[in-house]
Amino acid sequence: MKKLLDRLGLAFVVLVLVSPAASVFLWMLSLSLKTETDNLAYPPVFIPSSVTLANFRAVFEQTPFLSYLLNSIVVSGLATLIALAVGVPAAYGIARLKARKLLLVILIARMTPAISFLIPLFTLFQALGLTGTLTPIVITHMVITLPIIVYIVSGYFETLPGELEEAALMDGCSTWQRFRHVAMPLARPGITVAAILAFIFSWNNFVFGAVLAGRATRTLPVAIYNVLTFEQIAWGPLAAAALLVTAPVLLLTLVIQKEIVGGLTAGGVKGG
Amino acid sequence: MLHAKRSALYWFIVPALIAITAIIAFPWAFTLWMSLFDWKIGSASTFTGLGNYVALLTDRRFIEAIGHTLFFTLLAVIGPLLLGTVAALVFNQKFPLRGFVRGLFTLPMMATPVAIALVWTMMFHPQQGVLNYLLSLVGIAPSEWVYSPRLAIPCLVMVDIWQWTPLVMLIVLGGLASMPADPFEAAYMEGASRWQTFRYITLPMILPFVMIAAVVRLIDALKTFDTIYVITQGGPGTASETINLYLYLQAFSFYQVGKASAVVVVFFVIVVALSLMLFWMRERSKWND
Repeated sequence: MKKLLDRLGLAFVVLVLVSPAASVFLWMLSLSLKTETDNLAYPPVFIPSSVTLANFRAVFEQTPFLSYLLNSIVVSGLATLIALAVGVPAAYGIARLKARKLLLVILIARMTPAISFLIPLFTLFQALGLTGTLTPIVITHMVITLPIIVYIVSGYFETLPGELEEAALMDGCSTWQRFRHVAMPLARPGITVAAILAFIFSWNNFVFGAVLAGRATRTLPVAIYNVLTFEQIAWGPLAAAALLVTAPVLLLTLVIQKEIVGGLTAGGVKGG
Repeated sequence: MLHAKRSALYWFIVPALIAITAIIAFPWAFTLWMSLFDWKIGSASTFTGLGNYVALLTDRRFIEAIGHTLFFTLLAVIGPLLLGTVAALVFNQKFPLRGFVRGLFTLPMMATPVAIALVWTMMFHPQQGVLNYLLSLVGIAPSEWVYSPRLAIPCLVMVDIWQWTPLVMLIVLGGLASMPADPFEAAYMEGASRWQTFRYITLPMILPFVMIAAVVRLIDALKTFDTIYVITQGGPGTASETINLYLYLQAFSFYQVGKASAVVVVFFVIVVALSLMLFWMRERSKWND
């Protein structure tokens, strides 16, 4: 009897804990699927009389959503790929040289507000005539992706056993071969998690694009804020656009939550 | 031979060092330099020494922004810390679908902040918002939410707590997972109550992890931008204008690059000072044990 009460109590507490998270996302979904009449009704409509996809259609027809989507994919994709190319070898070097002090730079960068990187870089990009292209946005997004990758991947390399690499050393492999053919394949799970987290936090970033993007180079978070303001567009399409932006991230989180949890607790890292 | 291998490893770090110098170290140095100039983008810059800093000290709006930031941060650290620790203790229990439920719980911190902030803005709406309806269900008068100067910051904190409690939960859960089983078995044998077990075994052991979460949370709370910018733009008036929003305004609305750089330096000093204070508290808490 006591056991049953314990279990019921636990179930209740779990329900209380997850309901705020779940209900905000459900409300977002509900706003995006309802007609404008239902969305503006008071008391609010929880169970809609009819479900409509018109809001999603409006997002694609009334805004260049696909080109913003492409911008976001290019920016976050390139920022993550370049950071991987530069950061994974560095992470290996740091781990094998036991040069953890170098990570201090990354920790201090973590403490600096994103806007403070923007002022000098904005001035620099203006002087170089790069504003209005995607290049400055990709470069600034590396402020987010590079630290995440170096931090998580170097931690992962440190946990790898050294025996295999020593064997490779005996066989006369160069340092690069040892890294490329022995250490890197072993570290693939760590590299994957780091890459996914870097991509997500770059995808979510708002402030770099808000300052640097022109009309044609907006990333999705900037676009939903700038284009779909409350004056111009109704709640339904706004919720639909917000959902479209964040849904890929949410699905990815649910699918690989176990791996992501490991990566996040390793560093408590977050960009921007 | 082995020495040659070591020097080869340095070359692995060089490209990343160049990148970090360009996008992280250069901005730091340039900001420090610019903070000494009276410089508006588009016009000539003149050297003012510490003029920008002196001007900030007498800028009432800036001093108020510091106050708003500290108030926001205090609430946005304590809230997630308490709730996140409780959540970690709960998610450390075994129950069906635990992985899925935990994933669901972590969604707010992974979601795109701007998208979430837009949804909260709609929920806060005084006339059509769902929150006032929920209040009316339990017989509470409708609130102005973020449209009230007095409530703007607490409402923004609510969004921040919603978003970042999962991160605290994950860090503390990591701590719980690494705890040895022996002390718990001993406590069980000795017939310790649940509260005693928690107070004298669990709590001291997870405290270091709670402190790590506190530092991470402190840094993030001080830096909060997206949510505040989207939901209130620092308003009504300047009621929720934090240092970060003031900084954005100076830099990218007024283009006062020199003054904004000085704000960055002051802001950075505040972040470091408060972080060191937490570290110091952490050391103190160890000595007391």
